Amino acid sequence: MLDDEDRIFTNLYGLEDWRLAGARARGDWDDTKALLEKGRDEIIQEIKDSGLRGRGGAGFPAGLKWSFMPKESDGRPSYLVVNADEGEPGTCKDRDILRHDPHKLVEGCLVAGFAMGACAAYIYTRGEFHREIQNLQTAVDEAYDGGLIGKNACNSGYDFDVYVHPGAGAYICGEEMALIESLEGKKGQPRLKPPFPAAVGVWGCPTTVNNVETIAVAPEILRRGYSWFAGLGRPNNTGTKIFCISGHVNEPCNVEEEMGIPMRELIEKHAGGVRGGWDNLLAVIPGGASVPVIPKSVCDTVLMDFDSLKDVKSGLGTAAVIVMDKSTDIVKAIARLSKFYMHESCGQCTPCREGTGWMSRVMDRLVEGRAEVAEIDLLEEVTYQIEGHTICALGDAAAWPIQGLIRHFRPELERRIVERMLSDEGASTEAAA
Amino acid sequence: MLTVTIDGVEVEVEAGATVLQACEQAGKEIPRFCYHDRLNIAGNCRMCLVEMENSPKPIASCAMPIGDGMVIHTNTPQVRKAREGVMEFLLINHPLDCPICDQGGECDLQDQAMAYGLDHSRYRENKRAVKDKDLGPLVKTVMTRCIHCTRCIRFATEIAGVEELGALGRGEHMEISNYIERALTSELSGNIIDLCPVGALTSKPYAFTARSWELNTTETIDAHDAVGSNIRVDSRGRSVLRVLPRLHEDVNEEWLSDKARFANDGLRRQRLDRPYIRCDGRLQPSTWDDAFSAIADRLKATNGDRIAAIAGDMACAESMIALKDLMTALGSPHVDCRQDGAKLETEVRASYLFNTTIAGIEDADACLLIGTNPRWEAALVNARLRKRYLAGGFRILSVGPELDLTIPVETLGGGPDALAALADGSLSSSAVLSNVERPMLILGQGALARFDGSAILGAARCIAERCNMVQDGWNGFNVLHTAAARVAGLDLGMVPEQGGRDVSGILEGAGNGDLDAVFLLGADEINTSDLGDAFVIYLGHHGDAGANRADVVLPGAAYVEKNATWVNTEGRAQLGQRAVFPPGDAREDWAVVRALSEVVGHTLPYDDLASVRARLAEIAPLLGSPDEIGPATWGAFGTDGAMNSDPFASPVSDFYMTNAICRASETMAACSAQILGAGPRDTGTHG
Repeated sequence: MLDDEDRIFTNLYGLEDWRLAGARARGDWDDTKALLEKGRDEIIQEIKDSGLRGRGGAGFPAGLKWSFMPKESDGRPSYLVVNADEGEPGTCKDRDILRHDPHKLVEGCLVAGFAMGACAAYIYTRGEFHREIQNLQTAVDEAYDGGLIGKNACNSGYDFDVYVHPGAGAYICGEEMALIESLEGKKGQPRLKPPFPAAVGVWGCPTTVNNVETIAVAPEILRRGYSWFAGLGRPNNTGTKIFCISGHVNEPCNVEEEMGIPMRELIEKHAGGVRGGWDNLLAVIPGGASVPVIPKSVCDTVLMDFDSLKDVKSGLGTAAVIVMDKSTDIVKAIARLSKFYMHESCGQCTPCREGTGWMSRVMDRLVEGRAEVAEIDLLEEVTYQIEGHTICALGDAAAWPIQGLIRHFRPELERRIVERMLSDEGASTEAAA
Repeated sequence: MLTVTIDGVEVEVEAGATVLQACEQAGKEIPRFCYHDRLNIAGNCRMCLVEMENSPKPIASCAMPIGDGMVIHTNTPQVRKAREGVMEFLLINHPLDCPICDQGGECDLQDQAMAYGLDHSRYRENKRAVKDKDLGPLVKTVMTRCIHCTRCIRFATEIAGVEELGALGRGEHMEISNYIERALTSELSGNIIDLCPVGALTSKPYAFTARSWELNTTETIDAHDAVGSNIRVDSRGRSVLRVLPRLHEDVNEEWLSDKARFANDGLRRQRLDRPYIRCDGRLQPSTWDDAFSAIADRLKATNGDRIAAIAGDMACAESMIALKDLMTALGSPHVDCRQDGAKLETEVRASYLFNTTIAGIEDADACLLIGTNPRWEAALVNARLRKRYLAGGFRILSVGPELDLTIPVETLGGGPDALAALADGSLSSSAVLSNVERPMLILGQGALARFDGSAILGAARCIAERCNMVQDGWNGFNVLHTAAARVAGLDLGMVPEQGGRDVSGILEGAGNGDLDAVFLLGADEINTSDLGDAFVIYLGHHGDAGANRADVVLPGAAYVEKNATWVNTEGRAQLGQRAVFPPGDAREDWAVVRALSEVVGHTLPYDDLASVRARLAEIAPLLGSPDEIGPATWGAFGTDGAMNSDPFASPVSDFYMTNAICRASETMAACSAQILGAGPRDTGTHG
């Protein structure tokens, strides 16, 4: 279990003042100038050495991503874009950072933006986060007033602006390329890669898109040293992470924990355990709606980090742990997720546009067993026809929950089909009689 | 050059190419729906997926730039599976209405489903239905068939320059729409029909008319404007059912203006299908013999210099040379092909050509428009200007009416005053032209068809010389014609000889009795009421203004009904082929003139197409070498005279109504009414 002194987000629960004075008392904006004086290369190297991986879901090494930004400008400015369009079902970590610790993010923007040579940061926030945007904007204003950002930010001689941009409520705008399109005022549809945003991003300029949590932890890593961060967790899965535990637990919560904590320990220590005890657990979606579900047998031993969850054919995603006990209609739960992806598909590319609707309709029938057993195989094949064939990862995200369901709960699907068949037969026999 | 390996074969590809282009170069066919080599890359259909070594996922070959040493596989089980999958997704919500779909037989979806799809359907849910959209009188929509390739959106936005199409909604509810259901306001809208890979966008006038395999295809040349677009005419029996563009990179690329594409229904209406003679004030049906003898009686009794001839805007080179030779034989110097009175001269060929060439626009750095609206006078020249503009670093100035060319135009003034200021260098904007490497100007007929046209021509030459538009290997002086016949007419010397009358002189002479007979070769754009009591012979294909005034009507052939030579505004001679025969007794125009010459006693020395063409080549050698643009030497032309300060006006006031064929076309009338708001208004009791 993580020691209190190792926590980065010390006001995660909003118990203290979230404004500048409170943030300063917690150590934010403490000699930020010194951090910047390390220089661009040094900052990026330290972030690389800390092993920080992106907290938005894909887990791409953050320092490496920053290093893709051009060292010399070709006349175009560079931008940092912060992805605060937190819409992954089950995830609510960025929201707490925005409303309870916004200065961590603003300071992170300056540090990360400086490291990648960006002249400004755009924080694209989920439109529904009305109060959170107010807090964030207040923090930005305070930072401007205090000379922490803007012209000669923190007396470093570096000019850096921060803009807050509310989204309009589309899940797909959390995908980095769709986010960029949306920020430019266009319909939120992912762009093709290549070119990658570090070459051609927002308004055609070099851009890095990072998750709120990734940016917010950067100043603390630099202050405490990369070896401190790298010393937490497991190799290649270092540091701390905010976990969002929801569902059938006694005390749903957000908690910052060490990477690689066993799932069972995470749930029992912080969320008061599974409703009705660990043995009442049916399955867990460990990383937000888009990763495959894992059954209790896997949950018993699995560690909560990128590589461990990948090894059990799931993923850490956003670390949104959705716990389902044995009262859950698991088929209905996954069918609901399918409906969500059908609704949120942008419609641009074929497999996702057509496939999400197909999958959702088959799932709806499977909930009631109105299908044939062979259709389970058909459904699985359809998921593989979508996965990897789309422009962005939404296609994959729509496919994985169903793949997880079929992998671990196929007997349940078949049982419903057979029962339905038998009851239909019974009904027709009765009618005949 | 980069080296890539495609299915085990190494090919050298230029840097910047895409994987799909490299595959094509290697002779591998890659199926695609959204990719089109003249549009931006969308990469959304996912049909072109191929396998790239060291990539965990298949890649969209249309969007992936080539890298040195790439190893691509286009025919592995994984690729075939991916194509099958995408094909299946495209088909699950596509209706099974191929038997009633106009795209049938030329449908990319059908073809690729055969080649790459599964042979059965696994989809058991209900199919999606989408409400049809109203895109105006030309484009019919069946949006349920749409596969969301977005080619139409990209064409409208990029090439046509009208942001009137877009996608609404998301996921499977995404729809292509024009938001407010109003006719598209582009002159190029018909091209989205060609671009649509399925039957979602089809031709409204052609709806349910024919199947593609029933049609006879003829490759010919369009004559609705002076661009000389390469077209293919699809006909069945004696009727032209549709017109499609043909690829010619230097002229129309693969686009076509709506007028050239959709005016063909005008070919079936108002046709002159037999000779007529005016008796007792009314035109009475007649025979060739009677019509010819009526003309012969009249001409034999008339002195040659009391006869005149005017060639119209859709006259072919063959008919004009025959007419000119006949007039010369009759002793008449009064011939003119400049119906609108444009003060064009024939001495210096460069003075009446689009010297830069249409493709050459792409090399220009700045452009000055003088009294022209290229969007309506030559829609495809405007498309080229737009293409050049989108490539960056191109400014367009204009002297003339305020224009919406879909690209920014800086209007310097409305008429000759601004022109004079440009010519003497006193206007600061002239620096825009003189400070670039390859400036050009486009002089429209609106500036030349005025009494001071010669002075304006001179001023334009002056600007061209002052701004260094005429250099080695670059001639930026351009005249934009609106008539398909015009350049051929000028090349053939279809202008008054020494002492001859031009169009206004002919009309004046006919009005005051100095001329006794006027021969109109399809000339309908003159004020026929000025012809006075003259004996008027009309040879043409439509019962329009000219035939209405004529004393003898001789039925001729329209542009798709004859083997004819056309010279476009660049001076490019192109050969048109006969697609259908002219209706009834109508005959090819040059043959009519040849037959008439015999009756009037001045038999022309040629009696087949080859010898007419030999005669053409004798007078204007370039007409004998199709598709070549010969060198046009520079020289002095125009006058220094005073210019009237009246503003310029474009000669085209209604894009859809510029000639007799358009005026007979119901489709063009509908366009004019719905798109331009012309035509009769609702009265409340109109039904």
